[in-house]
Amino acid sequence: MFVEYKTINESVGPLMLVEGVRGVKYNELVEVIQIDGRVRMGRVLEMNEDKALVQLFESSQGLQINTSRARFIGKSLTFDASPDILGRVFDGLGRTKDSGPPVVAHQRLDINGLPINPAARTFPSDFIQTGVSAIDGLNTLVRGQKLPVFSASGLPHAQLAAQIARQARVLKADESFAVVFAAVGITYEEADYFVQSFKETGAIDRTVMFMNLADDPAVERIATPRMALTAAEYLAFELDMHVLVIITDITNYADALREVSAARKEVPGRRGYPGYLYTDLASMYERAGCIKGKKGSITQIPILTMPEDDKTHPIPDLTGYITEGQIMLDRSLNKKGIFPPIDVLPSLSRLKDKGMGEGKTREDHSSVLNQLFACYARGKDAKELASILGEAALTDIDKIYAKFAEEFEKVFVGQGWQTNRNIVDTLDIGWKLMGMLPKSELKRAKANHIEKYYVPTQIGEGGLAKKIPGQIDKKEQH
Amino acid sequence: MAGKIVKVSGPLVVASGMADARMYDVVQVSKERLIGEIIELRGDMASIQVYEETSGIGPGEPVVSTGAPLELELGPGLVEGIFDGIQRPLTEIIKLSGERIARGLEVHNLDRNKKWEFKATAKVKDKVAAGDVIGVVQETPLVEHRIMVPFGVDGEITEIKSGNFTIVDVVAKIKTKDGVRDVIMMQKWPVRRGRPYASKLSPDIPLMTGQRSIDMFFPIAKGGVSAVPGPFGSGKTVVQHQLAKWADAEIVVYVGCGERGNEMTDVLVEFPELADPKSGRPLMERTVLVANTSDMPVAAREASIYTGITIAEYFRDMGYSVAIMADSTSRWAEALREISGRLEEMPGEEGYPAYLGSRIAEYYERAGRVNCLGTQGRVGAISAIGAVSPPGGDLAEPVSQGTLRIVKAYWGLSSSLSYKRHFPAIDWLLSYSLYVETLGKWYDENVAPDWSANRKAAMALLQEEAKLDEIVRLVGMDALSPRDRWKMESAKSLREDFLQQDAYDKVDTYASPQKMITLLRIIMNMYKLGNDALDANVEIRDLLKIKAFEQLGRAKFNPEKDLHIIEKIGTDMVDEIGELIAKGGQD
Repeated sequence: MFVEYKTINESVGPLMLVEGVRGVKYNELVEVIQIDGRVRMGRVLEMNEDKALVQLFESSQGLQINTSRARFIGKSLTFDASPDILGRVFDGLGRTKDSGPPVVAHQRLDINGLPINPAARTFPSDFIQTGVSAIDGLNTLVRGQKLPVFSASGLPHAQLAAQIARQARVLKADESFAVVFAAVGITYEEADYFVQSFKETGAIDRTVMFMNLADDPAVERIATPRMALTAAEYLAFELDMHVLVIITDITNYADALREVSAARKEVPGRRGYPGYLYTDLASMYERAGCIKGKKGSITQIPILTMPEDDKTHPIPDLTGYITEGQIMLDRSLNKKGIFPPIDVLPSLSRLKDKGMGEGKTREDHSSVLNQLFACYARGKDAKELASILGEAALTDIDKIYAKFAEEFEKVFVGQGWQTNRNIVDTLDIGWKLMGMLPKSELKRAKANHIEKYYVPTQIGEGGLAKKIPGQIDKKEQH
Repeated sequence: MAGKIVKVSGPLVVASGMADARMYDVVQVSKERLIGEIIELRGDMASIQVYEETSGIGPGEPVVSTGAPLELELGPGLVEGIFDGIQRPLTEIIKLSGERIARGLEVHNLDRNKKWEFKATAKVKDKVAAGDVIGVVQETPLVEHRIMVPFGVDGEITEIKSGNFTIVDVVAKIKTKDGVRDVIMMQKWPVRRGRPYASKLSPDIPLMTGQRSIDMFFPIAKGGVSAVPGPFGSGKTVVQHQLAKWADAEIVVYVGCGERGNEMTDVLVEFPELADPKSGRPLMERTVLVANTSDMPVAAREASIYTGITIAEYFRDMGYSVAIMADSTSRWAEALREISGRLEEMPGEEGYPAYLGSRIAEYYERAGRVNCLGTQGRVGAISAIGAVSPPGGDLAEPVSQGTLRIVKAYWGLSSSLSYKRHFPAIDWLLSYSLYVETLGKWYDENVAPDWSANRKAAMALLQEEAKLDEIVRLVGMDALSPRDRWKMESAKSLREDFLQQDAYDKVDTYASPQKMITLLRIIMNMYKLGNDALDANVEIRDLLKIKAFEQLGRAKFNPEKDLHIIEKIGTDMVDEIGELIAKGGQD
């Protein structure tokens, strides 16, 4: 069996130094066994001659170093995968947490995975309909994409993620679909919101959950997203399922990484985060995608809260450099009661052009997208000007633009949490909004699309909302 | 002679018993035979950066030096290939380890079995020197691969034959003063050493990119260097891809350095389907891809840009104009920082090593236009375009600053433009090109005599718009004088109808210089005539109703063959404003 060492020499924060070891390998898994039999998991961070630097995945509270033993078990952290994981709840280290029977492993998978050969990837191009206009219409999500939600404290990112998980579907066929949900350091309340929302829609049976809550050990969080992604890879590439992975909250993950880095006394990068934060985040985000010859796919929606609403904070910043766009939530929209409060201007889906157009959504999609963006940007400028100088200072056309921006937020973006719009409705509402403007203003839309879809809209006192059937009744209770 | 591992820390391995090893020698680490490179020697201890994942490696395992530095294999088989950061062919790796990249794979960088048709261009008794072309291989319909006499070889050909050969078959023998040397089609070259050339030339011919804001306003020369910094989402990668697609280089080397896997896939899927504007052949037939995505080992990321530029130099030596895009140099610098941190070097700014600036300069200096080595008088060029990803979009950081010190053209991307979906989001107020003067002259002489004049006037208009914009923000558009109002509207047309270019539109993605100047000429002419009209008491509101405004919005979507349609918009506009002036006079 494995040799056990009683030579634990130091324990500082999440780190531990074991001396006099032989044959121990980098990144190997360690079990630290307390005299009363309690076992903690850890991994080898550095090997220097006969000294192993071990990072615990659990709190070191109550650990006595002269009586505990370290057992090196010759492999890295693994996840026991089997088709039975669907509908189950695991803790942050991949151990079952619900009342169900133990999972019998079909495959024992290394959670670190191996890099995907870029030549083996296929390009994501299947449109996913989330039923959310601001995403489908303007920041189109495709299968195999990684599209994070940039949120901030007090914003309803959980509702948005749950809405997407509930409504997301691919237009073509009913292929098997699964959700992998990783709670990383979030509160019980927030995690429970997801559980309830999956239960309500019956999605719970095709969901795998990994729960590391706020009171669970922080260092465990380093393993949690990788557990979830390993499960997702198994479902996607072994069982041919289309998997949506939701990880919330990446900020907690990065903080755990910073804790370990600080304990190792590494030279810090920006804001105390380790210099390898980019590489580390990339090793998770890059696990999204589609692979040649495999039917399944992994789509990732990581959620992160921006400290101080600051997009240039290292976590959102580095995430934005790796992921294929971002969905930005906006505090002022949220205050106005526009749900979901997606600010479309700084939001972006880099793969949108691959997922839209004839045969995927509708031929006029790019016209609608470009024109709405341009008009909304100008409308917002006009509104800003009006707020300084008063509405009277606006030119006639800018007044229309200001009105447009308002209606756009209310009708197009503010669809509410329960409305599930199909892409045709989304595009039609877009044309209705564009109808507020004279034809000559629509420079971004293609002439033939204007020909086919443009109808001037008259706006009365009640705004555009009344003109869209079903809009008012569906606007609901929040 | 084998050393022994004493320490493993991420991609850094320290081994003892390495007294005979040399700096930058390649070593095989552990029984898994992972590839590494010696980056520090102290006594008999060697610090090694390992190009593969080091999980499961521990002290006591062997380290064997190969006695050679990290070398590339250069020869037929490069073009259309996709390689990792140390030039291992990714398509071959799929055959060995499936869709994931396993460790310790042994694979030749270039295919040893494929036979290429070699056509000798030199003959027996010819005196040849290093760099001279002795034969050619049509590698792809677009690329004639010229087989050169390797460096250090100088003498008389005693044997040479045309026919089908692999890259390791002897195709010629050269009698040198040290004996007869066999010449094969493949050369080896260490990545960290620039390939020699006869002399450098100053770059004075434009690298035409088909991108209006670049070619017209911030041009780059063949052999020039430029940087594209910008925050995320501002379109760096799209700019790089556009250049890789449409730049009029004969060879394009695209280095995906620590970036997204899907982006490399995009190139792999898209390039074979795009046609080169000149030849109509697929663009892939002139492209070499080096892909070290962000999930691949970090040390190989450090090597990837050197791999890219060495391949570029090899094609330059054949007399080609080569463009190399590195996306992103910031990720390369981060790899450098990570290794430096593990070596426990004293950090400079933001944890980057103190030698960051000199490494960046060294890289860009390998670009340039040169007289190639050899007696045949070829000229080759490497244009290097590097993306920079500054944290938070703030350029006051070491990688951006180190890059700006060395590059001559700077295409600054701004997020405020990208929010407005103004693409390419090249900010005309921030960006510059030091090639403007020389290249402007070239365009005046070779494309249109009014090129520089129109450029200058347009630039001035944009600058004035920025000033007026602040006033408008304070007092509103209506408070402007008719002349200023007209200035704003003309600048808007310049921005929307000229600067904005849709990379995803089949037609607009590429514009020829003729199309560019035609468009710009109309806009600038409209601005000028409008001013004349205002002088002749034409009302601004009548002026703003002219058809040209709407027509110009669609003008750029006319294909190259329909240039006359664009020209007609110009002549119609002249007539329309002329009528206004005539009417205005009667009032």
